[in-house]
Amino acid sequence: MLKLDIKNQIIDIKLDIKKGEIVAISGDSGAGKTTLLRVISGLEDAKGNIEADGEFWLKNSRSLHPRRRSVGFAMQNFALFENMTILDNLLYVENNLELANRLLESVDLIEFKDRYPKQLSGGQQQRVALCRAVVKRPKILLLDEPLSALHSKMRLKLQKEILKLHKEFNLTTIFVSHNITEIYNMANRVVELKRGRVVGDKLIEKEIYEQPFIYAEIVEKMESYGKYYIILKISDRLVKNSVEKDRFTRYNIGDFIKVEVKV
Amino acid sequence: MKSLLDLDFTPFLISFKLALITTIILFFVALPIAWWLSQTKSRVKPFIEAISSMPIVLPPSVLGFYLLVAFSKNSPIGEFLSHFNIELLFSFSGLVVASVIYSFPFMLQPLQSGFESLNKGMIEQSFLANKGVITTLFRVALPNIKPALITALIITFAHTIGEFGVVLMVGGSIPEQTKVASVAIYEMVEIMDYKAAHIYSAIMLLISFSVLLLVYILNRKFKLKAL
Repeated sequence: MLKLDIKNQIIDIKLDIKKGEIVAISGDSGAGKTTLLRVISGLEDAKGNIEADGEFWLKNSRSLHPRRRSVGFAMQNFALFENMTILDNLLYVENNLELANRLLESVDLIEFKDRYPKQLSGGQQQRVALCRAVVKRPKILLLDEPLSALHSKMRLKLQKEILKLHKEFNLTTIFVSHNITEIYNMANRVVELKRGRVVGDKLIEKEIYEQPFIYAEIVEKMESYGKYYIILKISDRLVKNSVEKDRFTRYNIGDFIKVEVKV
Repeated sequence: MKSLLDLDFTPFLISFKLALITTIILFFVALPIAWWLSQTKSRVKPFIEAISSMPIVLPPSVLGFYLLVAFSKNSPIGEFLSHFNIELLFSFSGLVVASVIYSFPFMLQPLQSGFESLNKGMIEQSFLANKGVITTLFRVALPNIKPALITALIITFAHTIGEFGVVLMVGGSIPEQTKVASVAIYEMVEIMDYKAAHIYSAIMLLISFSVLLLVYILNRKFKLKAL
C-alpha cells in the first residue's frame, strides 16, 4: 500500500495506491506528472506524508533519503551511467548477473550488453533504463513515459514484458503516459492530473469492457482522386477508412484514434 | 661558455616536486568543495565561489605578502604553528601551503563545472541504487567528467610550476630548498647570465607547451570516445 498526501509548489495530491496496482498518470504537460514521481522517489522535496507498506518515507518535513527508499525509476531522459557497459549499468544497481542477463534478454538487448549507452539508439537506451529500474526488485516501480521512444511493435512487446515483471516481482507500478492505448493496455487504474491536482481517478478494467470502442493506430495516409483515406492498424489487420479532408489534415501517422466496434 | 651539463637542474626538481605535491593535496581538498558547490542551493555559494577565485585576480605579490605576514612568528597563525615546531616561512612546507592556496581555483573550477554539466539523473540514479556519496563520486561522477578532471589536474600542475611571485615572497630563494625554476631564471637575469636564463626559459617553455598539448590531446581523445 502506498499512501500519498503530498504538497509542494507544483503538486497537491492525495492518493492511495494498493499493493500490486498498475496506475497510469495522465494529464497535460505541466500537470505535475513527473514531479509526482520525483517526490515519491525522494528526488524532489515536498511536505506531507508518504507511507509505503507501513514505512514512512516522508513524514511532515522529515524525508527518507532516496537511497533508503525501495524505488526503481526509469526516467524520461534515461540517465544511464555512460562510463559503464549496459550490463554494468544493471549490475551497479544490483549485483545479480542472472537476473540482469534475463532482463536484457527479455528486451532483446542481450547481444548489446558489452556496449556503452552512447553506442545504442534512443529506443534501446530506454529499454536499458527500464531493466535498470526493475533489476533491484523495488517495492515501487516508477516509469516516466517508459515506452515513448519505441516503435509500435516494440512498444507492444514491452508492455507485455512490463506486465510480466510487475506480476513476477509483485511490484506496485506507477507510470506516466500520454498514449491512451498504452494506458488501456497496461494500467488497471488511471489518475488524471491537472495543475498538480487529481481531477480524475478511474478503474480501467471495468471501463474497457463497457466501452464499445478500441484505439487504433494510423499507419498511413493516402489521397486518391480527391478522396482522403487513412490506414488503421487493428490487431494485426490493416483497415482502409475514408475520412473528410479536415480530419485527414489533422491526423498524423502514429496517432491513435478511437474506433467504434460494431458487434 | 656554459653547456647544459654545467647547469644546476635542482630548481626544476624542486618545481616538479612542489607541483606534484600541490596537485595531489589540491585534488583531495578541492574535490569535496567542487562537489558541494555543484549540488548546493545554499545562499553562501557565491561567497565561497568569490573567495576561492581570488587567487586568479589578485596580483601574486599581494597574496604572497599576506601569506608572508600570516606565516611570520608575530602572527597568530605563525605563533600557533611555532608551538609544534612548524616553520612555514622560507621552507618547502611553506611553499606547498602557499601553492595550495594560490592554485586552488585552477583545480576547483574545472571540477565544479564538470560536475555541473553532468547529467543530474546519473547522480540521482546512483542514489536510488542505494549508493552513498563517496561511491557515487568515484564510480559515477568522476568517470563521467574525465576531460574536466584531466584539465583540473594538468592545469594545476602546470600553474604551480610557473609560480613566481608567491613563491619568491614566501619561500625566498634558498638553494636546494625553496629555489624553484622560475626564481632561478629571475636570478640569472639579475646577474645577466642570459645564456643560462635562455636554457632555463626554453625548458620552461617546452614544459608549458607539452602540458597544454597533453590537455588538448587527452580532452580530444575523451570527447571522441564519448561520441
